[in-house]
Amino acid sequence: MDNENKPSAAARRQFLADTARMACGVGLLGLGVGLYARHAKALPPAAIRPPGALPEAEFSAACIRCGLCVRDCPFDILHLAKPEEPMSTGTPYFVARQLPCEMCEDIPCVKACPTGALDHSLKDINKSKMGLAVLVDHETCLNFLGLRCDICYRVCPVIDKAITLDPQSNARTGKHTLFIPTVHSEHCTGCGKCEKACPTEVASIKVLPLYMAKGQLSSHYRLGWVEKEKAGGSLVAPEVEHQYNMPEGMQYEHGKGLSGSSGAVPPAPTPAAPALPKALQGNKL
Amino acid sequence: MNAPAARPGTEAVAAKGWLAAHKWLILRRCSQIGILLLFLVGPWFGLWIVKGNLNFSYTLNFLPLADPYVIVQSLLARQVPEKLALTGVAIVLLFYLLVGGRSYCSWVCPVNLLTDCAYWLRVRLGLKGSAHISRPTRYWMLGMTLVAAAVTGSIAWEMVNPVSMLHRGLFFGLGLAWAVLLAVFLFDLFVMRHGWCGHLCPVGAFYSLVGKLSLLRVKLPARAACNDCMDCFAVCPEPQVIRPALKAIAGTPPLILEANCTNCGRCIDVCSKDVFAFGTRFNTTAAPVSGVAQAAPK
Repeated sequence: MDNENKPSAAARRQFLADTARMACGVGLLGLGVGLYARHAKALPPAAIRPPGALPEAEFSAACIRCGLCVRDCPFDILHLAKPEEPMSTGTPYFVARQLPCEMCEDIPCVKACPTGALDHSLKDINKSKMGLAVLVDHETCLNFLGLRCDICYRVCPVIDKAITLDPQSNARTGKHTLFIPTVHSEHCTGCGKCEKACPTEVASIKVLPLYMAKGQLSSHYRLGWVEKEKAGGSLVAPEVEHQYNMPEGMQYEHGKGLSGSSGAVPPAPTPAAPALPKALQGNKL
Repeated sequence: MNAPAARPGTEAVAAKGWLAAHKWLILRRCSQIGILLLFLVGPWFGLWIVKGNLNFSYTLNFLPLADPYVIVQSLLARQVPEKLALTGVAIVLLFYLLVGGRSYCSWVCPVNLLTDCAYWLRVRLGLKGSAHISRPTRYWMLGMTLVAAAVTGSIAWEMVNPVSMLHRGLFFGLGLAWAVLLAVFLFDLFVMRHGWCGHLCPVGAFYSLVGKLSLLRVKLPARAACNDCMDCFAVCPEPQVIRPALKAIAGTPPLILEANCTNCGRCIDVCSKDVFAFGTRFNTTAAPVSGVAQAAPK
């Protein structure tokens, strides 16, 4: 018995040692792979997924890195991530500043996807949410500087819905209007045409991933004017008219301004209406 | 030192002629390179016969083929693919159930070209030492990749998988994948004989499971004629699969049933006695093994 047991015990020890070695080695490798995969789940902001892409966490599980979306894109805007790029190796993306999405009506990239990574229920390209354009730099945007650049507004495929030009008074000149490009998230598809076309050296409007671009109101917030409209009338009953505390003989009416008998009391100078354009007051021209 | 032994296959070349002694090797290289070319004429010449890569390909907008291994990882990461990919998986599984799971490794996989090259160079340079990692390690690797998919909720192995990195890289841009592939090549050349494909690759491990029940097998209709020249063992990337069938260990029929036989057919090539041939797993008319029946020590 002993003679037979000894070698088998040694063999068992050897087997257990070998198995432990193997399991530890493979386990370490697995840990590395797992951590690497976790890191890659944060998509770099400049990389935009094709239309219909699932949220990033699900995308890296559904995309099998076959590249059919890349092949079926008629404008060749898509790339597959190379191993050194900071996202899941082999997954598709485009960079808006290089080549934006042309928003094909038949969405061939989604049709080509053999998995659910690009959501096949997306039938209307205008409903896609690849990201959200954000006018990130108010200091360099030409429209903010008072010019009528308007390029982002003009190139937008969802013109007048995704980007509108909202007039504001130009406080610097005192007499001009600023046409502020304003992005509306419910219509912006994140195609990136605005970013591509922005004429500043570095784009002043950029498409960002939705999670970066969007804020969210706290769930208990209610917008008074919306609630009022919903209810068909004021929710505060009775609606109290605001009382202005004015000098004797003067009246102030919302929307109309001051009024009153000129002889009574000299009207206070109103800072909102300067006598001269600001440009002529100071030393700045 | 005694004189270096003749290279394996020398006898077969003398007996059958060069072409017959390299038939399956040539056919195999044609298959590997041909498949690469089918994928490459698209990006190179705009001739789109096949789109995609080995993870999923679409041939002539008609035939979907999907890698069951990557789909299994996707499922473990809790995502269900579209019908097209599932159809592709079914076709591929059916195909490898017929021709043998690891035929993928020797007839399709591009990394095999790389590791075969490393092995050829290893023999040529006379590099003898080899690290020891047991062959079943690949199943641990397979398990690890599946666990990683389930735990991270992503197809984690695809981040580093040299197989898909090479294949995808050839058609979509390699990037730094060449460094990973160089590492595999150098590992096989200097560190370990048949290291990647024969011991570690989880893709091969997966396909070996698919091929456990496969139809096409290497048979040994003339195993009685074996003259123990050992050439088949020398060329086989998985030599452990040959012994039971060749030496009739524990009454094994003259049929290689081991799941890790890659059906590369090189043993058929290099055998001057024509012991081996392709056949099905059925109709094993066991020819008696003369002289060596009890010779194999446990």
